[in-house]
Parts: sequence; C-alpha cells; structure tokens
Amino acid sequence: MHEMSLCEGIRRVVDQAAASDEIARVTRVRLEIGRFAGVEKHALTFAWDIVMKGSKAEGAALEMIDLPGVALCYDCMKQVEIADRLDPCPDCGGGKLMPEGGDEMRIKDMEVI
Amino acid sequence: MSQERLIEIETGILSENDRHAQINRRRLADLGAYAVNLVSSPGSGKTTLLCATIRAMTGPVAVIEGDQQTTNDADRIRETGAPACQVNTGKGCHLDGHMVGHALDHLGIGQDTTLFIENVGNLVCPAAFDLGEDAKVAILSVTEGEDKPLKYPDMFTAARLALLNKVDLAPHCDVDLDLYEANLRRVNPGIEIIRTSARTGEGLEAWIGWLASEAAAKRRKTAAE
Repeated sequence: MHEMSLCEGIRRVVDQAAASDEIARVTRVRLEIGRFAGVEKHALTFAWDIVMKGSKAEGAALEMIDLPGVALCYDCMKQVEIADRLDPCPDCGGGKLMPEGGDEMRIKDMEVI
Repeated sequence: MSQERLIEIETGILSENDRHAQINRRRLADLGAYAVNLVSSPGSGKTTLLCATIRAMTGPVAVIEGDQQTTNDADRIRETGAPACQVNTGKGCHLDGHMVGHALDHLGIGQDTTLFIENVGNLVCPAAFDLGEDAKVAILSVTEGEDKPLKYPDMFTAARLALLNKVDLAPHCDVDLDLYEANLRRVNPGIEIIRTSARTGEGLEAWIGWLASEAAAKRRKTAAE
C-alpha cells in the first residue's frame, strides 16, 4: 500500500536508535508484521534498499516475522485465528468475524556493529 | 574489532504518525470538537454529500480537504460558508497526523466544532494512518458494486459508520442495497449503516443525528474524566 512511507518511518526510528558513535553500522533489522496489516512484503523489501541508502542501515538485512490474524467470531463469540480476512470461523463456520489482532507493524530489534 | 550486538526497539513503524495523531486528538478534545475522518474511493460523492450535510447543520463546522492536487474541493466547501483548509498531498496517497496538525493551525477551530476531515479518495492506505479523529466514516456509493467491502475489507473494518450514498441512483443501476449492507457487515459485524443521497436529502437527518449524538457522548466522556 504505502510501503515507501512505511520504510521512511522505519528509517526515522532506526536512525535515532543508531545515532550513538559506538554504532558503526546496522546489519539487520527485524520487523513484526500482522497478517492483516496490509503490508506488501515484496514492495517493502524493494523500498527498503532505496530508503536506507546513506544511513547506517544501508545494506542491512530486512527480516519480517509474521504475526497471526486474530478475529472475534460474532456467531460463537470465540476468538479464533484465521489466515485470510474473509475466511469463515474455523470453529463454527460463521461468516461474521471482527479482526482483533494481526494489524501489527512493529520494529522488533536490530543487530549493530 | 567491534562486536555484533542486538538492540531491542519494540516501536510501531507508524509511531511518529501516532504521536502527531495523539496531539491532534488532545487538542480537539480540549476544544470540545468532534472529528470524523471521511474515507472512500474517488468519486463516491464525498464532497457533494459533505456540502449538503453542512448546509443542513446548525452548529459550527470546519473542514480539512485532502487531495493530491487542486483546491477544488476546499473551494466548494467554502461556498457553503464553512471554513476549509486544503491539504495537497502531492504524490502521497493519504493524509497523515502531521499534515492534519498543520491544517488545524490554519483553521483555528472554535468550541464545539464538528470537524470533517475528507481524506484522499483511496480505500487502502488511509486505513492505517490515525489522524486524531474520533471515528472513521466510510462512504460507499451504490454505483461501485456490492462486493466493494469484500475487495477492500480493511477500510470498512476500520470504519464505525458506513454511508451508502447516491441511493437515488439505485433503481437505475440494478443494484441490491441489502447485499451492500450484508457485505459491509461481513467484514465488520459492528458497523452502522445509513443510506444517503445528497440529491434527494435521504438519510441526511439520520447522519446529522448520528454526528450530534456521537459528539454529545464525547463531551460527556471528556467532562467525566
């Protein structure tokens, strides 16, 4: 969707976290991305190389950890994990599910030298 | 030789946006203002519906207009007598919390204002960017196809209310309004729906009533805190 601006957001946080003179380079950044966050991973990887140019994280590896999609089923009132936004409830087969998790977009940690 | 080490960050990618959004939210709450973020596809009739809404409302209103280019929409809003601030996002596909903060500086919002933020017509990106609004309201026109909520579920999930707009055209378009509503509820079982038409005025009273009751509930909640 807006992977370029997401990368700019990551760069801002990474630049700040790596500002100390003791850090020469960022070698890896790990993100946590929920299944329903709407992030297109290929586009994010593509934007990554461009946006990180000239920063301490230029050339750093980008790793994305998937977080599951969680929804509340309005039919059986259970919290269930679903793979796709429009999947039926795996428990009761109901079709009215309200997402309650899986929209995460977080920078988890980074490796530096 | 320096050693490789791990630094914990645990920060949201959009944390900078969220910080600006929180500042906006605080500012609006202090003024007793109520803000809706209007989201839709391009061409859903947002601006026309908004002009009709403003003409029918009695209290103070203000509008922030987001578009990639032109001041056309802000010009149309100003013709109703309401103050409007146009934000051109250039290549950007959505408004963000920072832009809205600047727009608030320009607008100078008074007490108890209803603020309409008309987002860039786009059903994808604006879903993720908090602007500091009290609710997202999705506008879906009957010419767009009953399966629109299924194609772009995120936006309709994020919205508290959907305005099913241009219902005056429904008889000419072979559309099933109940199917629109069923599909909206499939992606968001809690969503409220009002059928509207700027041309006939259908649903305007219910929509304005919804705004008034939400704003009153917010003021009660703010006063209690």
